[in-house]
Amino acid sequence: MSSAALHPRIAEGPDTVLRDELRTTGMVWLRELIRFERTRTRILSGLIQPVLFLIVLGYGMSGLVGSTAGFDFKKFMFPGIMAMSVVTTAIFSGMSIVWDREFGFLREMLVAPTSRASLALGKTAGGATVAAVQGTIMLALAPLIGVHLTALLVLEIIGLELLMAIALTAFGVFVASHIERMEGFQVVMQMLLFPMIFLSGALFPLNALPGWLTVLTRINPLTYAVAPLRQVVFAAQHMPPEARKRFPATVEVFGHTLSVGTEIGIVVVFAAIFIALAIRGFSRTE
Amino acid sequence: MASTTAIGDVQGQPAVSVVPRPSVIEVHDLTRRFGELTAVDSISFDVREGEVFAFLGPNGAGKSTTINMLCTLAHPSAGQVTIAGFDVAARPKAVRRNIGLVFQDQTLDDRLTAQENLRFHAVLYRVPSREVDARIARVLELVDLGDRRYDLVSEFSGGMARRLEIARALMHVPRVLFLDEPTIGLDPQTRALMWEDVLRLREEAGVTVFLTTHYMDEAEYADRIAIIDHGKIVALDTPRALKAEIGADTVELGTTDDAAAIAALERSGYRVEAVAGGARVFVENGENAVAALIDAAGVPVLNVHVHRPTLDDVFLHYTGREIRESHAEAIPARVRAWHGRRR
Repeated sequence: MSSAALHPRIAEGPDTVLRDELRTTGMVWLRELIRFERTRTRILSGLIQPVLFLIVLGYGMSGLVGSTAGFDFKKFMFPGIMAMSVVTTAIFSGMSIVWDREFGFLREMLVAPTSRASLALGKTAGGATVAAVQGTIMLALAPLIGVHLTALLVLEIIGLELLMAIALTAFGVFVASHIERMEGFQVVMQMLLFPMIFLSGALFPLNALPGWLTVLTRINPLTYAVAPLRQVVFAAQHMPPEARKRFPATVEVFGHTLSVGTEIGIVVVFAAIFIALAIRGFSRTE
Repeated sequence: MASTTAIGDVQGQPAVSVVPRPSVIEVHDLTRRFGELTAVDSISFDVREGEVFAFLGPNGAGKSTTINMLCTLAHPSAGQVTIAGFDVAARPKAVRRNIGLVFQDQTLDDRLTAQENLRFHAVLYRVPSREVDARIARVLELVDLGDRRYDLVSEFSGGMARRLEIARALMHVPRVLFLDEPTIGLDPQTRALMWEDVLRLREEAGVTVFLTTHYMDEAEYADRIAIIDHGKIVALDTPRALKAEIGADTVELGTTDDAAAIAALERSGYRVEAVAGGARVFVENGENAVAALIDAAGVPVLNVHVHRPTLDDVFLHYTGREIRESHAEAIPARVRAWHGRRR
């Protein structure tokens, strides 16, 4: 009835207030979560592909490779498939900006009197959360595959998934901010995402590859995100030395075996670079 | 700066106050060039607080370029624009916090509810947290969507979505509401509702409305109209004054002997010209003059056509062409009735 609710006007004040920028980031993050929760089909389709890989490739290759001391290829693949699920969801989420543009909502965000960085960070945080959740849902398959889980392991997995998801969502935001049309999205998926996954060690061990392929896998940022995930999972399994030798979890660079800490450091650096690129890309978007 | 008037001060005052209201939009020699082309050519005008100001022009006249510059979405090549006291070039964010924008294309997230869309906007436009809920209720009530607060936007019709966008643009209590072709793509009935909303907003929220349209019949509802063509403002006044400027009513008579009729009418002191199929007479009030004209014609009159100048004629007069074939879509009676009440 009264116009009291519309009374105070916010006219004056500085252009950027940290608290308001954080609120903006939080709101963009929340929107991603609400949309994720409402799109059940997306959650499901996000599960189908990795599960298919796990069943078809995992069981198929297990028959070919055989098992060593009770440890088979399915178990080797499991952390890789989880990573694949996280990476796919993360890049998809980051690139949902292309959809936002198509359906107009991007404009609502871009004309707001807020910093573009807050928007890019919110989008990255939201997409990363969604991707980590999607990856964690995969843990439900662990008993089926015979992977032993502990509370600590689950926490480690979630932490690593989040880090990986942040880097890849930011990457997706960066790529999407340079794409005008939906067709470009397909191209990126074909040309970038699949090669990155295949060359990351998610699906097969990276040691003993031909030289040129070794180089490609080592310059792939995903390699350093997949390896620590597999290392923490394997550390929690009962694996005799011969099984560890047969199914290596570590990555060697110039003859050095990288520690989990080093790999995390590399991913953090990549994440920082991608976030910076995402903010820059988003700031230039019209 | 005198434009700090709060809504409450404006409310309750008669539509035309004795003291002229301060300008909320000030445009001086605004120019926009794209290479060789001058899309907007040194235009100047002011919009006063609480006004409904219509920007009218054919496609490509510079309408969109102008509104984009006023909204800080495009940079002027030259000239100056001040909105609510802020220069658009120097303080774009301050300007954006003071304006509400509704674009031609929908910019809602249809996977979110009405409330979620409004809340998102509130946060991006720094509405204090404790006020958000009350404002959501208030703006939804203003556009008559109070009962759809928790519904997904994907379930909304085109007209409802447009009204929700207007509600959203009001969430941060803007000084000026910019509507770019707000009724485009809507059916006549929805357009009517839309206008009820717009006029009510001015009345209840005291917001200044700047809109572009190419529907001539809608421009009638504006307080003032600017007609832009080839990047220049060719006319700017109230609808009534614009119509008065291009002349009086005309009555066309078809008779059994047009030449005789014209001669007779001229003898009676009327200004007459010959047209295909009869005589055209210029009179002050066409409808009241009909009986006298039939009398004065002196020969049997076969048909009579009274023509009162419309904004289409105004537009034709200033630009030399019809704005569009949109004249046939007359505005429904209920808006006329509602509009009449306002005056």
